[in-house]
Amino acid sequence: MRVLVSFIVGATFGVGLLISGMTNTNKVQGWLDIFGAWDPTLAFVMGGAIVPMAIAWQLTKTRKPVFADSFPAAPDPRIGRNLVIGSTLFGAGWGLAGLCPGPAVASLSYGGIGGLTFIVAMLLGMLIAPRVRTRLDQMATAS
Amino acid sequence: MHIDWIYGLIGGAIIGIAGAIFLLFNARIMGASGIIGGLVDGSGKSDWQERAAMVAGLFIVPGIVALLMGGAQTNVTGNLAVLVAAGLLVGVGTRLANGCTSGHGVCGISRLSLRGIVATGFYIGAGGLSVVIFKHVLGVI
Repeated sequence: MRVLVSFIVGATFGVGLLISGMTNTNKVQGWLDIFGAWDPTLAFVMGGAIVPMAIAWQLTKTRKPVFADSFPAAPDPRIGRNLVIGSTLFGAGWGLAGLCPGPAVASLSYGGIGGLTFIVAMLLGMLIAPRVRTRLDQMATAS
Repeated sequence: MHIDWIYGLIGGAIIGIAGAIFLLFNARIMGASGIIGGLVDGSGKSDWQERAAMVAGLFIVPGIVALLMGGAQTNVTGNLAVLVAAGLLVGVGTRLANGCTSGHGVCGISRLSLRGIVATGFYIGAGGLSVVIFKHVLGVI
């Protein structure tokens, strides 16, 4: 059942991304382009997505998950160096191509050779990320 | 153009419902980079079927819907060097930060996670700067 739910979640997520316009890189780069023809759509997408999620988080306080024993524990609240460095690198790439991981997968079937190139590079980046993390941690302890 | 925000709001709500189902049924956070990254670097070996099913749904179903709609525009740049650089940055960055737009943005902000809010501030700031530099200053995108 958990596998079926996962498929349905992926499918629903993808259809939401398509309808919202977030698989169109012009709309994402338009949101980030505050000095150009600024496009506010992404703020509506975020707002629309946060409402059902906030309700779900509220429900986790009094209920049990349907197909699991307990809800995930809150992550370590500390703001680490990797969170800041990683988010900055991610943002730079996001602005450059107008794609982030979810929409990149959702649009893979209609994104042509460009979308495929991005995904392959992204997967490669994810593969080397643990090594980058180790190197960053070594640099931090050395200094 | 003027009604795009309605599609944004409806699409956004659908994304949020997907995340809510994942949390309430499977007790999982709908973070695209974490789910995919766990498959790539082997850290998600124990629940790979669930991860693979999620990615399969995310890949297959929008493709079918786009086909039924008569195609969808992605407007991905034709500059392959830009795409390779962007892909590497997104891949490394999201894994270092442990999250992307869906994990930190949608799932994190909605539980008022400080980490999610800080991460979102940094990636939107860096994204805006990236567009300014590469579009308006250098003119490569």
